[in-house]
Amino acid sequence: MLVKVTVNGEKHEAEVEPRLLLVHMIRETLRLTGTHIGCDTSHCGACTVLLDGRPVKSCTVFAVQAHGREITTVEGLEQDGKLHPLQEAFMAEHGLQCGYCTPGMLMTGVAFLQKNPKPTEEEIRWAISGNLCRCTGYVNIVKAIQHAAATIQGGA
Amino acid sequence: MAPKTSPEVGGMGHSVKRKEDPRFIRGKGTYVDDVVLPGMLYLDIVRSPFAHAKIKKIDASKATAIPGVLAVITGKDLEKYNLHWMPTLMSDTQMVLPVEKVMYQAQEVAAVLATSRYAAADGVAAVEVEYEPLPVVVDPKKALEPGAPVLRTDKKDKKDNHIWHWEWGNRAETDRAFSEAEVTVKQDIYIPRIHVASIETCGCVAHFDKVEDKLTVWMTTQAPHAIRTVFALVAGHVGLAEHKIRIISPDIGGGFGGKVPVYPGYVIAVAASVLTGKPVKWIEDRMENLQADSFARDYHITAELAAKKDGTLTALRIKTLADHGYTDAAANPSKFPAGLFHVCTGSYDLKAAHVEVDGAYTNKPPGGIAYRCSFRVTEAVHTIERMADLMAHQLGMDPAEFRMKNFVKPEQFPYRSALGWEYDSGNYAGALRKAMDMIGYADLRREQAEKRQRGELMGIGISSFTEIVGAGPSKHFDILGLKMFDSCEIRVHPTGKAIARFGTKSQGQGHETTYAQILAEELGIPAKDIKIEEGDTDTAPYGLGTYASRSTPVAGAAAAVASRKILDKARKIAAHLLEVAPEDLVYEPGKFSVKGAPNRAKTIQEIAFAAYTNHPQGMEAGLEAVSYYDPPNLTYPFGSYICVVDVDKGTGEVKVRRFVAVDDCGNIINPMIVQGQVHGGLTMGFAPALYEEISYDEIGNVQGGSFIDYLLPTAVETPRWETGHTVTPSPHHPLGAKGVGESATVGAPAAIANAVVDALWHLGVRHVDIPITPPKIWRLLREKGVTE
Repeated sequence: MLVKVTVNGEKHEAEVEPRLLLVHMIRETLRLTGTHIGCDTSHCGACTVLLDGRPVKSCTVFAVQAHGREITTVEGLEQDGKLHPLQEAFMAEHGLQCGYCTPGMLMTGVAFLQKNPKPTEEEIRWAISGNLCRCTGYVNIVKAIQHAAATIQGGA
Repeated sequence: MAPKTSPEVGGMGHSVKRKEDPRFIRGKGTYVDDVVLPGMLYLDIVRSPFAHAKIKKIDASKATAIPGVLAVITGKDLEKYNLHWMPTLMSDTQMVLPVEKVMYQAQEVAAVLATSRYAAADGVAAVEVEYEPLPVVVDPKKALEPGAPVLRTDKKDKKDNHIWHWEWGNRAETDRAFSEAEVTVKQDIYIPRIHVASIETCGCVAHFDKVEDKLTVWMTTQAPHAIRTVFALVAGHVGLAEHKIRIISPDIGGGFGGKVPVYPGYVIAVAASVLTGKPVKWIEDRMENLQADSFARDYHITAELAAKKDGTLTALRIKTLADHGYTDAAANPSKFPAGLFHVCTGSYDLKAAHVEVDGAYTNKPPGGIAYRCSFRVTEAVHTIERMADLMAHQLGMDPAEFRMKNFVKPEQFPYRSALGWEYDSGNYAGALRKAMDMIGYADLRREQAEKRQRGELMGIGISSFTEIVGAGPSKHFDILGLKMFDSCEIRVHPTGKAIARFGTKSQGQGHETTYAQILAEELGIPAKDIKIEEGDTDTAPYGLGTYASRSTPVAGAAAAVASRKILDKARKIAAHLLEVAPEDLVYEPGKFSVKGAPNRAKTIQEIAFAAYTNHPQGMEAGLEAVSYYDPPNLTYPFGSYICVVDVDKGTGEVKVRRFVAVDDCGNIINPMIVQGQVHGGLTMGFAPALYEEISYDEIGNVQGGSFIDYLLPTAVETPRWETGHTVTPSPHHPLGAKGVGESATVGAPAAIANAVVDALWHLGVRHVDIPITPPKIWRLLREKGVTE
């Protein structure tokens, strides 16, 4: 089947099997390998991307379901050489270690901050509860999201 | 301690931002599944639904009829090359693919080679295997009973399921101490089977170049050099030679010990690439990862502790049954079948101790690897810390006061433990006092007393652990004969920038940052001007890899020693440039100056340039050094953790309200990274304390084989960790550092378990095995008549 998608602002089309998972199209057809795979059951969130601005676990979406829609992956967060405030915050707050869950965390975090620009710690913890991290113990990820919220509020 | 270098240089003690992060936050890391080669094939594995069964027939005809499926590989195919079995690190043997029978559920049965990931999976579904189920042995105790079915029928003379017996310490002295003891406590403690579950699973891309006869393997491995040698030794007879094997360990998405072993999937992928001459990718999925890769722990422990009435500890006696699954595929140093379990006297000055461990075969996956811990140290710490609490409660003493009384005292270091270890340095009371101050211990005890009056269940738990890391001195430590040194090779370029390569491999610990800081500390070259590389056996010096918190104690020490070799030469060059004798120079990081004339000086950058452009006659050009560091001793990080829990009487749920962790890992390289390691380690201590377990039903069906029921904590459950530290340098490490990656995983579970028992002690509860799940507590509360 022919799938036409816009990924990080660029138009792509690909002939795919109907059963192809979106994450495999992103990683293997489009060669955007920042989106990762960490489980088979939609628990870990390493494959989180934005589909029309909403975070989805791309291992649980068929590529054909993304037809005609806009996808943002971690590679699309940096705009004109300027990192997204959440990317800066993850570095500043040591919110990552092995980096494997990081792209999914970032995508969840970016979408969450758009919806809730002034979150409480509790709200942040619930927001990222669909993304597993084995390295950081989450404390610094929470701080990074708070840090980015403050930066965005400050209009930087 | 104030840092010696400026923030611009970024030596030890600076929270330098990580060099790894810019690629990771952009999604530009390169993990193994990101590697794609032209013409690459995909491998997927058929796995057994039975825990023990004869393989009567494998019919691949439907699979090979699927478009894209090229071949189905079975044990019989590998047998032709004598590759159907492989040795384990513990001198046992493990099937790559079975010829006769399978020994655990999810064991590899056959492999499908195809042109795409999806075709390979289709092929797996279409392979038809006929099994004849055999009696299953799940319980290691039953495995050792007379008449139990003998599992390892491949071993000609094997008549039972006993693997080995190992004991350590003075049995007679310990027995005497127990017979004379005024107070004793005894407890069965089960430390369940768990899995590291790094978010990246395991996998590889094997590429055999038939023209060059060269095998390159991109592989999720924590120990690439050792793997290269193992491949050369195991597959030498099929034409692989070590100079034509290149292992590349790319970015690794978490290791924690799970990426030390060689799994059958790697070997099948290599064999498939050698046979086809095409690159072959094998990436396991999460269920394969949890169900078939090496597990951790699974120790059935019976521990006894003896003391005087005044609370002075006198002796420790431990018997343990280790369930290894169908083969002993632990990743311990060769001489230590139970790892460093004999560090089980912990932080206490015990005069007598004896420990024995027996290994047993069962119909479960092989393993016995670490779960973010030095070899079997969590098992040791959990035992002694639970027992210390049990004794304190038994004596009616406060657990903190009891620990203070029995700690090895600062003036006793270096301290020789009853089981023969020489602890390098420690101030155990200092760490506990600091933790008590941070959490407000006395107030919490008052609150607990008040709450108990009202019938509320609140507990306070302490764990004052001593770790043993940094394996290890070559006299005692080897893996398959390879001594457990590690290495650093430094090249300073003419413009004063440098590259350093190591025998270790980071899996998220931030080596690219911290190793650069060590060089910056020693050489005065800014950390940003130093490139760190690891993980490519064609370029990096030989080393045993990263696990057991050994990178800083061993490779970090190598970095310091290699730096000092560079400085020896730099001093001679500086003397030549300044026209003075080398001994007339004084050094501060980055600069040699003439004694008494500080303005006459040469920077390390000027010296580096001269090393290539104006070096003294008779001296070789260049500024390079290498160190293969053999540590004189292990290092002994320690700490005290205090945890406060509230137990819900209605549901049995345990809520960790506060958790204070005071760690001492000696001198600190990067405080930000140390704190991050402690946060992560605590979470991997919290997880098995409350959630994680892989268990089996009576016919060997795995429970906990996916993230549906193997519960990794999310941000919602995970406590807001409170951390602090004390600094007691290691006297034998060149930088005074000790290693920190695993301390918290080792120390945390006992603090949580102790807090839960502390909350329930007045009801008559003496022990709860981890994971402390709501149903477990709810049942206990019902038994004690608290909950209806």
